[in-house]
Order: sequence, then structure tokens, then C-alpha cells
Amino acid sequence: MKSAFSKNRPLALAVTALIGLPVVLSGCGTSAATSTESVSEISVMDYYNNEPDKTFIGDALNACGTKAGVTVKRETVPGKSLISKVLQQSSSKTLPDVLMLDNPDLQQIAATGALAPLAEFNISTADFAPGVLSAGTYKDKVYGLAPTVNTIALFYNKNLLAKAGVTPPATWDELEAAAAKLTSGDQYGLAFNANPTYEGTWQFLPVMWSNGGNEKNIDTEETAQALQLWTDLVKDGSVSSSALNWTQADVKDQFLAGKAAMMVNGPWQIPSLDKQASLQYGVVKIPVREAGQTVVAPLGGEVWTVPQTGNKARQAKAAEVVSCLNSDENQLAMAKVRNTIPSKTTLAAKFAEENPKLATFTELVKTARARTGQLGEEWPAQATKIYTAIQTALTGKASPSEALKQAQGQ
Amino acid sequence: MSLTTDVSQATPPSRKAGNRLAGSTRTGATIPAPRRRNRQRRERLFQWLFLVPAVIYMALFFGYPVVKNVVMSFQDYTTATFFTGEAPWVGLANYVTVLSSSLFSTSLLNTALFTVGSILGQFVIGLALAIFFQRKFPLNGILRSLLLLPWLLPLIVSSAVWRWILDKDSGALNRFLGDLNIVDTGVPWLTSTSLALIAVVGVNIWIGIPFNLTILYGGLQEIPDELYEAGSLDGATGWKAFRHITWPMLRPVVSVVLVLGVVYTLKVLDIILGLTNGGPANSTQTIATQSYALSFQEFKFGEGAALGNILVIISLVFAVLYLRASRRAVDE
Repeated sequence: MKSAFSKNRPLALAVTALIGLPVVLSGCGTSAATSTESVSEISVMDYYNNEPDKTFIGDALNACGTKAGVTVKRETVPGKSLISKVLQQSSSKTLPDVLMLDNPDLQQIAATGALAPLAEFNISTADFAPGVLSAGTYKDKVYGLAPTVNTIALFYNKNLLAKAGVTPPATWDELEAAAAKLTSGDQYGLAFNANPTYEGTWQFLPVMWSNGGNEKNIDTEETAQALQLWTDLVKDGSVSSSALNWTQADVKDQFLAGKAAMMVNGPWQIPSLDKQASLQYGVVKIPVREAGQTVVAPLGGEVWTVPQTGNKARQAKAAEVVSCLNSDENQLAMAKVRNTIPSKTTLAAKFAEENPKLATFTELVKTARARTGQLGEEWPAQATKIYTAIQTALTGKASPSEALKQAQGQ
Repeated sequence: MSLTTDVSQATPPSRKAGNRLAGSTRTGATIPAPRRRNRQRRERLFQWLFLVPAVIYMALFFGYPVVKNVVMSFQDYTTATFFTGEAPWVGLANYVTVLSSSLFSTSLLNTALFTVGSILGQFVIGLALAIFFQRKFPLNGILRSLLLLPWLLPLIVSSAVWRWILDKDSGALNRFLGDLNIVDTGVPWLTSTSLALIAVVGVNIWIGIPFNLTILYGGLQEIPDELYEAGSLDGATGWKAFRHITWPMLRPVVSVVLVLGVVYTLKVLDIILGLTNGGPANSTQTIATQSYALSFQEFKFGEGAALGNILVIISLVFAVLYLRASRRAVDE
């Protein structure tokens, strides 16, 4: 008996290993943790995988870690794969101690129960702009805080506008007139992005919201007027129909190359715009239909959260780091280097004085709205409807109001 | 062959153990018949053991995902499921939602047009090139390996480059056509609802040519030269030679190329995502891209899985057709 087994040992081993493999693999996922251990290291995951943001955020994290008495083990993943990584980690119970999320994703992840409410750790949310707080809130509890935020506005090429004798537009009529006047030869008056992704929706939101449109029901007169504006601009040739396939980076490239005199874009493009010394540009709010309407822009930016890892001691340390990232000094420092706006309103006012280039964005953030503020987890489905309607109208397959009606009914 | 020799080599030392085992239940079991039966049983056991690694591998990496996908399509599988593990059973609701969506017919039609267009283009050009490269001329090998290039490039890179080439305002293709005075305004290759699908099919043809060329070229090499020599004596040259010698001899390779091509093309995702993202206005939306959008953009994993399964079934139909066709060929 014994001899027979020992003869076949390699085979037996192989079989055992193969059967055992999945068990071992799944075993890796569950790291048993006791809550009384002293914490010397915490893990962090974010999507700032490109320079210079990677270093800026890394330095801030390290400084906050040192302050909390822990070392920070950081993992940066590409933006597109963050959510799938988070989902995978939440099923294998290996979520990091500190997790960064893009703000429209927060409610989706908070709804799964994977995040801890920040109130548990006494993190102050005082003075944060209302839009920022609503982006980090799910069912009346704050789960994430963004140290700095951003939004979009209208960039214009000062030289091209001066040459055509055009002043920066403030209303839709002015925008259409200016864009038409600035269009000649290879040059388009305006560039925006209307591609079939959430980015296309995001760029449309300022005109839709400022005109009183609402994401809950897009089949309204207000939203139809906004979509009519986008459609007219493309139809009369002031905006290239390539907008249907451009990303925001493409839009910036068109503007940089002088092929678009104005563009809808955000402050994260400022570093690349500044690199081209010959380009003189200004920033104004995105025009409204009638003078006097308030511009409501969508809020962008990333929130920092504390996932439910089941280890209270580590969560407490993680919360200290999140709180530190959102401190006044860090908000100001990050805003300055990353061309973003501090989330606290008192800081923002001070910041705008010191950084006139970002003054328009600072002003916009005050009234900016979070995309998930009203719909929460329902936002992705509705955002899909919005970009579908934009594409249908811009390709001329249906009139703006008909396109919105179709999309809402889907 | 090697299996049986292995087993017979392994048998002599362990036969003792078998004897001892048998001896405990049966007294004086030294007669040849049970021993042979014993040996057969051991042989069977070993045969199974040799199969085990492959079976486990298949079950783990093919069986599990397929079963999981089918199960998922009957569940309300959301982001929350990943954390809580709860996915309520919803029966056929996901299939009903997906099939009754107004987008389904568009996607199905686009998938059909995309597949037929791509396969037709890839196959015809691939076959023409394969026949061309059969001739002996200088640099033949180098040219043929250069034609493999589209196959070697990552699809994301190819689609990014093509997206630039096909750009309406500053794309290379429009510049070229403009310089030849064929068009005077930029052709919106990727942003017109009537052209986008054609453009995407064109790019996919470009990507598929190397595959068709390689396999068909291999098939052509297999056809004995004597047939052509004999044919030419009977006056079968040029087109006649192709019609009566090349085509019939190539038929088995052709069916492999076509069926694999259909299955590969049905599931094409990255090229479309890279070029148009399903736009403009869903004019390049296929079942594959829609399934991707449902699962990974809207996080409706159940509906995404249901649509994915529908695509798998369509692929299966072609696989079965192929198997039947090849079986009939063998029967004949």
C-alpha cells in the first residue's frame, strides 16, 4: 500500500495541487485581520497615474501618513480600470484602507455598502461648498470628501477674437454670432465634445442646467432649447461635426492648433495651454440663454473615502489621512499645483484673489452641481440617455425635442 | 500511443500492490483472469488521471465563466452584488429588457452588416493576395511578412491611428482625396450616420486581411502542382484553373477561415470602441459593444450578461453549421 502510493507520488501531488489551486487562490483574498494590532502601514488606491499629479498626490499622501504615524503603500491604476478594480476588490474583501473615487461614481460604490460614513470618524464637513458635499453624499451620509474640485468653462483665443473684432460671448445669441464670425477656412468658431460617452453628457450639462433643464426628465422645453443650441452650432458649421467623436483632449488640441477659436473645457488643460507661449487665452463662464440666468456648471473632481475593511484600527488611521488631505493647507497647496479649486468656500475666495487665472472657475464652483446630486445611483442610466439624445439631434436623425423624447422613453 | 506505453511501463512495479489489495478480498487470486481485469481497471484509472489536468483546466477557465455568465443573466446582478454577494433571481427579466429595447434591432442589424461586410472584404482581398503571392518574384517573402503588420499591432494602437486618418478636418485620408480633387469638403467618415459603419468595416477588413492571407496561402501551398500541370494539358489555365482546381481543393480551408472569421468578427469590440464608441447616434453599435456598455458603463451586469449570451448563441449557430458542413464533407 505504502509503496504503491510513493510510486505515484508525483502524480498525486500534481492532482492535489490542481484541485488545491483554486482553494489557495480564493484563500489569498481573505486576509484575516485583528483589530487590536498597532497599525504601521495603510494601503491607498487612486487613479492619478500620470505626472505631475502622480507626484503631487503622492507627496501629500506621504506627508499625511507621516502625520498619522503610518507609512502609505500606494497603488495607482488607470482611470478606466479603477471601478472594475474596486468591484473585484470588494468581492474578494481586499479593499484598500483609503480609496479615491471619481465623484459621480461615489454613490454607486457607497450604495453597495463598501464605504464607511465619514461621520463615524468625526471628520468635519464644515464650510465645504454644497455641490461638493452632495457629490460625496449617499442617502444623507457623507462618504467622501474632495480636497479640490473643477468644472468647465469657455476658453477663448484672445488673438483670434481680436482679429475678428469679437468680444467673449455671454449669451447664446452672442455665442452663435461670435462662433459664426470666427469660422472661416480651416478655423472653426467653437469646439466642444459631444461624443457618445459620459464626457459628451458632461460638456452639455452647463447649457442644459443653466437654462433650467433637469436630468430627472430630459423631455422638457428647457433641455430642448439647450440641445437646439448645440444642434444649430454644428448645423451652421461653427462647430465641426467631428465633435461627435472628439474627446476633451481632442478639443484642447483643436484649440491649441488654432483650429477652434473658442472651446468648452476644464482647468486641467491649463498646463498644456501654458506650454504654448504664443497662445493668449481667456476664460469666461459658459453663456446662458438670457442675460441674468445663473450659470450652473457640473462639478468635477475626485473624492477620498474610507472603505469598510472590517479593521477599525486601520480605518481610524485611514480617516486621519483623508481628513488631513482635506485640511486647509492641503486644499490650497493641491489647488495651486493642480490648477483646481479648493472645496471650502472661504478658501476658494482667498484662492481666487491669488490665482486670477482660475477666478472664473472659482466663481463657477460656488453654484456648481454634482451629477449624482439628484439621481444618485440612477445617474449612469440617465447620462446615457442624455448623450444618446445629443447624438441623435446632432446627426440630424431627429429634432432636438424629438431626440430627447425618444431617449427619455427608452 | 504514448499513453499506452507509459501505462504498461508503469504497471510492473505496482502490480504487486494490486495483488495485495485483491488478495485481501479474494483468496488465492493468482489465476490470470481477475488479474487481467485488475490491470484493465488500473489502466482505466490511469487514463482518467491523465485526463484530470485537462478537465480541471477546462472546467476552471472555460466551464466556470460560461456557467457563471448564464447564471448571471438570470439575476439582478449589480455593483452591490460584488460586496454583499446577493443577486436576486429575476428569471427572464434581463432577456425581456434587452430584447425589447429599441436599440436591440439596431445592434443586431449593425452586427450582421459589420460581420458580412468584414468577412466578405477580408476574404476576397485575402484570397486575391494569397494567389498573388503564389507566384515567385523577388521580395515575395518580405512583402508577405509586411502584410502581417496589421495583425501584430495592438488593436488600440490601430484604432487610434485610423481614427486620426479618418478625421474629417485634418485626417490624412481626406487630405489625400482633397489633393486629388475627388472631394472638396471633408468627408465625415466617423461622424456621419451613413458612413461610420462603412468606415469601421473598412478598418476591420484591413485588420483581418493578414489572417485570411496566411491561412489561405497555406491552403494554396498544399495543392499539388501536378494538378495544374495536368489541367493545363487539358486547357485549364487562368480562371478555369482557379474555378476547377484551386477552389475545390481549397474548400476545406475556406470553410475554416470563414467560420473562424465570423466568430472573431461577431465579438469585435476594441476596434469599434476605439474608433467611434458605437456612435454617431448608435450607428456603429453592435451587440458586443452594447453588451460591454451595459455591463461596464451602466453596471447592469445581468443585462450585459444576457446580451452576451445571445451573442454566444449566434456564434454557436455558426459553429454548429460548420461542424455539420465538415462532417458531410467527410461522409462524402
